Amino acid sequence: MEQFVPVKRVKDGQPVRYLVVDDSVFARKNLARMIETFGGQLAGEAGDGMTAITEYERTTPDIVLMDITMPQMEGIEAAEKIVQQHPEARIVMVSSVGYQENIVAALQRGARHFVQKPVKPEVLYEVIKYVMGEDGTVAAATGAGA
Amino acid sequence: MKMQLIQPFINAADAVLAQGLQCPMSIGNLSMEEEAYRRKGVAALIWVTGDIEGRIVFDLDPQTAVRVASRFAGAELPESDELVRETVCELANQVIGNAVTSLNDQGFHFRVHPPALHTSEHGPKCSEDTEALVICFETCSGNVYMNIALRYNLARQTERVAVVGQ
Repeated sequence: MEQFVPVKRVKDGQPVRYLVVDDSVFARKNLARMIETFGGQLAGEAGDGMTAITEYERTTPDIVLMDITMPQMEGIEAAEKIVQQHPEARIVMVSSVGYQENIVAALQRGARHFVQKPVKPEVLYEVIKYVMGEDGTVAAATGAGA
Repeated sequence: MKMQLIQPFINAADAVLAQGLQCPMSIGNLSMEEEAYRRKGVAALIWVTGDIEGRIVFDLDPQTAVRVASRFAGAELPESDELVRETVCELANQVIGNAVTSLNDQGFHFRVHPPALHTSEHGPKCSEDTEALVICFETCSGNVYMNIALRYNLARQTERVAVVGQ
């Protein structure tokens, strides 16, 4: 998988920490691999909206990657509940169902961005940089010979 | 079954498989089926309700599922029952999600139910006014079968016409 220039947190230069929420283990693992190529760190995983809320409290990630269609509690509702408690939360919806109403509903209820599945790493990388805004920095290449 | 309903699923499967597998793909056999669905390998079944109703089945043999999962992940993955099941369900989820997005843009509204693993040898029989289209996608990782049985929900259409007419 392609490697990207790492995105780090401005405040301490540490890797961006992610919470990945998807009912599919396969999808979670794929996203986790992408996060690795972005130089990020997996803070936690959840398979449904309810667990996502408790995992957010426990891990306080920089970014949440949230599926929409999930059992128990859907992603848009979970995103809304997280943002109500933590207005600073950066939530990116990641779903195969990308029609207008879904996207608008997600954004109105607190999500910062939407990425349609199948996820292209280069698209997600750009979204991560955009969502981190001034709190993120693309680390300059370092090392001998660089 | 009208091509207007089928085409978004073919386009979505083409897009999802081509992007995930990073190799050319072609449509092999196309056939119509009126009998109960016969599972070929590991199958995921998704029901659709609303303006359009019916079901779609995704079917891969286990070895193909492992190869597909490995291509999607960009790394060789060891074969396991869980990986195979997850791959088939997530593939079905992505293709149907993309097709639904396209149909929604055309004005159809419906609900897609989460994928369920289809474990029996035979699937639900199509109703007398719905026959299934079976499409075989020939990919570099093996054959992927999609079985689509959909129809317009005439009751919903009548309701909408009545509302518009008021």
